[in-house]
Amino acid sequence: MQRTGAQIVWESLVKEGVGTVFGYPGGAILPTYDAMLDYPIRHVLVRHEQGAAHMADGFARASGRVGVAIATSGPGATNLTTGIATAMLDSSPTVFITGQVSSKVLGSDAFQEVDVTGITLPITKHNSLVTEARHVARTIREAFVIARAGRPGPVLVDITKDAQQGKADFHYPETVHLPGLHDPEPPDAESLARAAELVDRAERPLILAGAGVIRSGASSALRDFAERTGTPVALTLLGIGGFPQSHPLCLGMMGMHGEAFVNTAIQNADLLLAFGMRFDDRVTGNIKTYALHAKKIHVEIDPSEVGKNVKVDVALISDLRVALEALTPIVKARRPEAWIAEIDGWRQDTRSRDIIHRDGNGRLLAAHVVHDLWQTTDGTSVVVSDVGQHQMWEAQYYKHDEPRTLITSGGLGTMGFALPAAIGAKMARPEAEVWVVAGDGGFQMTQCELATLQQEGLDIKIAVVNNGFLGMVRQWQEFFHERRYAATPMLSPDFVKLAGAYDVPAYRVDSRADVVPTVRKARETKGPVLIEFRVEKEDAVYPMVPAGSDLHAMIRRPSEAGQEQEVRS
Amino acid sequence: MKHTLVARVMDQPGVLNRVASLFRRRAFNIDSLTVGHTETPEFSRMTIVVDTARVPAPIVEANLRKLIPVAEVVDVTHMPTVDRDLALIRVRCAPAERAELASLVEIFRGRIVDVATESVIVEVTGDEQKVDGLVELLRPRGIVEMVRTGKVAMVRGSVVAGKPAAHGAPAA
Repeated sequence: MQRTGAQIVWESLVKEGVGTVFGYPGGAILPTYDAMLDYPIRHVLVRHEQGAAHMADGFARASGRVGVAIATSGPGATNLTTGIATAMLDSSPTVFITGQVSSKVLGSDAFQEVDVTGITLPITKHNSLVTEARHVARTIREAFVIARAGRPGPVLVDITKDAQQGKADFHYPETVHLPGLHDPEPPDAESLARAAELVDRAERPLILAGAGVIRSGASSALRDFAERTGTPVALTLLGIGGFPQSHPLCLGMMGMHGEAFVNTAIQNADLLLAFGMRFDDRVTGNIKTYALHAKKIHVEIDPSEVGKNVKVDVALISDLRVALEALTPIVKARRPEAWIAEIDGWRQDTRSRDIIHRDGNGRLLAAHVVHDLWQTTDGTSVVVSDVGQHQMWEAQYYKHDEPRTLITSGGLGTMGFALPAAIGAKMARPEAEVWVVAGDGGFQMTQCELATLQQEGLDIKIAVVNNGFLGMVRQWQEFFHERRYAATPMLSPDFVKLAGAYDVPAYRVDSRADVVPTVRKARETKGPVLIEFRVEKEDAVYPMVPAGSDLHAMIRRPSEAGQEQEVRS
Repeated sequence: MKHTLVARVMDQPGVLNRVASLFRRRAFNIDSLTVGHTETPEFSRMTIVVDTARVPAPIVEANLRKLIPVAEVVDVTHMPTVDRDLALIRVRCAPAERAELASLVEIFRGRIVDVATESVIVEVTGDEQKVDGLVELLRPRGIVEMVRTGKVAMVRGSVVAGKPAAHGAPAA
């Protein structure tokens, strides 16, 4: 039976099992919106297309299923781009569908025409322009296959208005012809044997667990490997949740704002097992002095990441779960007691400096807010953080035990991510308790999505950590620019009143004593609640490895007695 | 060092743009890139000469493979290959010098393919060194205009570069 290209869009999405799309209509996508009413798909009308892209991304990160966003041509599509790039950098499986001007006027600078496939070329895994209805189904099928395959990522399908209006037979292909899409192969036996030999010989081994653990569903495989070999596990920001932070072998986060003892352990290791991570500069610091004494085993699904930043001794180019399931049975069961004891020594030093064990002296510290949120929610919430200081405090003080419970923009570091991504996450997992943790700056970038949240009747709790500054930039100015606070002091609206305008109950907290009761009150309230935490204005995230510095050259939190910064090498 | 990569790519709009965009954004240094039809209508073939001083060839290869329309990539640098580059060179030449120029070009198996009053167009095909050699000899006479296709390469013998049989995973 013949259908319009617009109908084929929805037929195809139904075939892919899509139940929810995030979008915003407009002229060039209008035929598709018209056809939408006849299909069993929930459409979430956003307030800005960037929000739609983050929602699709958040949906994908929370569930592992492909998130879908839809927008019109021109400005609709360009507004998506920040969200597409965010999904690209963090390998989030997403499909974006954009309307395009009619093929007859393509290239003529027609109203709301922009070269969307050109603009999104470097920020998508793949993209396509469809100018005929008969190609719609195949192209959407390909988009879903590509988005999910290997290292996942965003795929964009740009469909001209006449392709949406034209008619074609609908056949949804099961298989697609993509000679350039290589299925990941299991790791070869020789590399596995070499990896096992290095593991068996190591005296100071350390696992670096990244986002790949979560993407490949390798959490329990990782646990088996770590427990069998007694290897401590350090996490990247995006690896948080991939290994339970309550596990005795879990060290915590590494890198620029990682725990000092974790970075010290990396620099002293004799074997690094990099599992589904890419040696990002925020993780390694100065690459020339990074883990010089360590052999390196890199298990990675994307061959272009192997040897990109760090030379490795053995590469297993494979899906992580498959590789670990092959590796664990062939390594010796053991426990490097001396090494674990040494790390524990460093850990005690870190603990003694921890802000959590200090009194705020009447000041409300963001770290304390996050810590209390973690305790009050029993560590079971899905937390969607924005970008900046609060993001690092969340990573340090909210202990995640389950995969997909921390959703944050790691690679691109996109401010404004949290609220829309949380909407996507909540729609993917309606049963989950979802908390937004955002700063005053990032929250204002996409706060318009409060309307979307209310329109969809979503129960999301929002913590705005307000320090009156663009805090992380202010911290860099404090450390590296002689406290010249260029454009970082920031006036915010009255967040309680703002929430009120959207009919969201809201509270303001400015003392530690009120944190837990207010979080409790929010949890007991059905529906959304916003809490503004007025925190210490000029607090800094410690420790900090300055960009490009040696990983072991961390700026530590000044001790309680002295206010001088200590540098430990 | 220069590496020669042969890529089999799907013959569809925008493929060249994808490859060029990849090289630009990753700051891979292209020495030359040629693209043309192959024995299969579905595929085109690119011969890419890349300077690997900054980024090792396996990384360039792996990045090319990530492009969906790129079916296969083979680094033929260390394989025995037939390499060809074609040049058209417009060189100053008075009528009285034509015979001498023709015999010079002949040594390089080149030809004069067009004649004007004060210049001729020379065509020469060969590996890059041979073409470079002729260019250097012609330069003192006054090269008015020149175009070179860049290198195309094919592996000698029965090995078929760019087909799955020749595929190897990049070294660690």
